[in-house]
Amino acid sequence: MLNPDSVGRTFEGANSITVTQSEIDAFAAVIGESDTSVAPPTFSIRISLEQSQSILSDPAIGLDWTRVVHGDQKFEIFSPIKGGDTFSCSSTIESYRVAAGNEIVTVRSDLKSGSEIALSSWSTLVVRA
Amino acid sequence: MIEVGAALPERVFTINRGLLKAYADASGDQNPIHQNEEFALSVGLPNVIAHGMLTMALVGKFVTDWAGGSAKVTHYGARFIKPVIVPADTDVDLTVSATVSALDESSVTLDLTATSAGVKVLGMAKAVIKK
Repeated sequence: MLNPDSVGRTFEGANSITVTQSEIDAFAAVIGESDTSVAPPTFSIRISLEQSQSILSDPAIGLDWTRVVHGDQKFEIFSPIKGGDTFSCSSTIESYRVAAGNEIVTVRSDLKSGSEIALSSWSTLVVRA
Repeated sequence: MIEVGAALPERVFTINRGLLKAYADASGDQNPIHQNEEFALSVGLPNVIAHGMLTMALVGKFVTDWAGGSAKVTHYGARFIKPVIVPADTDVDLTVSATVSALDESSVTLDLTATSAGVKVLGMAKAVIKK
């Protein structure tokens, strides 16, 4: 079970992430997008899910990633991602509830370039009972 | 002229096991429920299922093609209500349509619909595009 003390807390990623053009190209190719001057709108999931998994994997937080199903996903894009961009990442546990024995956790991930947020995304994760 | 209620032309994307492997490699999501039938069945799924985020990426392509590029999208969200089921050696459809649900001086909001094999797979799917 999630540690109730985790709700509302923001966890900073230890390392910054640099997006390569080849990562954008590979992601775009799968959906048939040939213009890779900026990343497709959902590209950041590649960074944010991995980052939030690593940031939120501390056993003290109590999020069991092995039983997680993705419930919904939302992106707010302030500045489209380009190859060569470097971001710091943070994850915030915005909300938490239990329904029918499943834990429902909403995690916000922010990608920041300096002090500016380039992109925020919200993932609702359902931890199955 | 774009107006509220206007429908965008429907488009059909094809999803198969090869695309799931390609998306797994490009996204880093190697969860076996998207590639390994035996594993998918063992956790109670009807078959291998597509990544919800692959569905969202393809619907996103529908949006960006209409909008005039990836840089135009400012908000995009959806709920994963049913899986896209992808049997071996089979092409399944992802059928996407949209209507304009709001308009102002600077943006257009699209309500998006995505179905596979006649089943609605995304709920509350919306995108906001810069004009």
